[in-house]
Amino acid sequence: MKRMGRLSLIYLTIVFVILYAPIFYLMYYSFNSAGTMHNFESFTFDWYREVFQDTRLFIILLNTLVIALLSSAISTAIGVLGALAITRVKTKRFQNALLTLNNVMIVSPDVIIGASFLVLFAMIGIKLGFGSVLISHIAFSVPIVVLMVLPNLEEMSPTLIDAARDLGASGWDVLTRVVIPYISPGIFAGFFMALTYSLDDFAVTFFVTGGGFSTLSVEIYSLARRGISLTINALSTLIFLATLILVIGYYFISKQGAKPKEAEVRE
Amino acid sequence: MRGRTRTRNIYLIPYMLWIVLFVIAPIVLIIYYSMFNIDGAWSLENYKRFFTPVYLSMTLRSFWYAGLITGFSLLIAYPTAYLLTKTEHKQLWLLLIILPSWINLLLKIYAFIGILGFYGPVNSFLDIIGVGTRQILFTDFSFIFVAVYIFIPYMILPIFNALEELNPSLVAAARDLGASSWATFRRVVFPLTFNGVKAGCRAVFIPALSLFMITRLIAGNRVITLGTAIEQHFLVTQDWGMGSTIAVFLIIAMGLTMILTETGKKVN
Repeated sequence: MKRMGRLSLIYLTIVFVILYAPIFYLMYYSFNSAGTMHNFESFTFDWYREVFQDTRLFIILLNTLVIALLSSAISTAIGVLGALAITRVKTKRFQNALLTLNNVMIVSPDVIIGASFLVLFAMIGIKLGFGSVLISHIAFSVPIVVLMVLPNLEEMSPTLIDAARDLGASGWDVLTRVVIPYISPGIFAGFFMALTYSLDDFAVTFFVTGGGFSTLSVEIYSLARRGISLTINALSTLIFLATLILVIGYYFISKQGAKPKEAEVRE
Repeated sequence: MRGRTRTRNIYLIPYMLWIVLFVIAPIVLIIYYSMFNIDGAWSLENYKRFFTPVYLSMTLRSFWYAGLITGFSLLIAYPTAYLLTKTEHKQLWLLLIILPSWINLLLKIYAFIGILGFYGPVNSFLDIIGVGTRQILFTDFSFIFVAVYIFIPYMILPIFNALEELNPSLVAAARDLGASSWATFRRVVFPLTFNGVKAGCRAVFIPALSLFMITRLIAGNRVITLGTAIEQHFLVTQDWGMGSTIAVFLIIAMGLTMILTETGKKVN
């Protein structure tokens, strides 16, 4: 393949700079003692100290993480089952109907999901708070898991299952020792996407959270509406570092996961 | 054979339950609620109200903004995705492109309050080059710019995937047959990755119609999108009926977009 031209390199660089500029801008001013997002006065850790001393913020952070991890784990389980269901459905029409309904949730705007879930919870009498937020996060993460797992399932040769069956594997064995290992990259990707959706969500949570329960996004929104506060900057720096560690971890795990497969093929 | 059928049905249960409870029921409920006026009486009043100039112009403007946002996102994202596929370690670079989308949306919007603010770096830059400081925040420009910034990764991802699926020998063949690089792009690469473009547009257009936090924080209520209106009716004025009516039209818009951006998998 041809090497990249200088123009292309400049273009990519500009895109990367613009994508990252706001994040680094936030990080930079998180050390500003002046308390504003302009005029860097002098270096300080005050805002970080404030973040760590704020127990309310800590509880909100914990809420956010618990919701994200729980909802992505549960939605991954439901999503994998959903993808299996879709591939096993015999009639093409039913399969397409399921896929369409799956996609409805994917393309549904957050406001619609939030508003309609609010109506749903009011209807069946679920109190707004941790429960309603968790259920909502599970609900909107399921379809993305399905979509991440489905391609893996579709490219899997049916002869693999037939072979396992012929060799005497039970249905459970086939699922846990053939199918799940084969689609594990998709499952992993689905889990991560679900995590992303949950951590990034603001609108749905904003609708279905009552007064007492808050996640980071909702908290940041209410802080930001009041104006600039460098505590948010300090917090975002910490979040960014955590995300970075997560992503690097994900990259190496998925790289390692890919290696044994290649080795098997070579044998 | 019977055992197999049973396991298949077990697979179906949680997923079907999810579909009925969280996809079908909410939509039905929204339609149901749209037929109640603010006093809780059954009427089609809300629909009549929607077709008054106030709501219609709001809807049209919302579509116009969403179209602009999608267009600009595509314009920036396609070349980026294309160039990304040409890099070494492209998966790593892709990951780096997606990374900002993992940073909380609100934080990025918040950052722009500082950047585009009156004392922010953009205004200082404008001052230095002699244009002079001006109000950037709370304008249409700032709204579209921030929205495009937010949506770019969602546009890049499907296009990147489509480009990755593209068989490189097709490009090589086109070049061997004497096509210029522009002709190769226009006649081979772009048509074959059009599904990715459609998926990207779908991923951007619909949220662009409905985002209310960007309008609230960056456009300072200057821009009212369908999403802002829904949020207003549900959470501020507590007029769930009218909110649901606007939501019904947003769902219709969503359905149309889905049909228009149908990736035609069935044909293949």
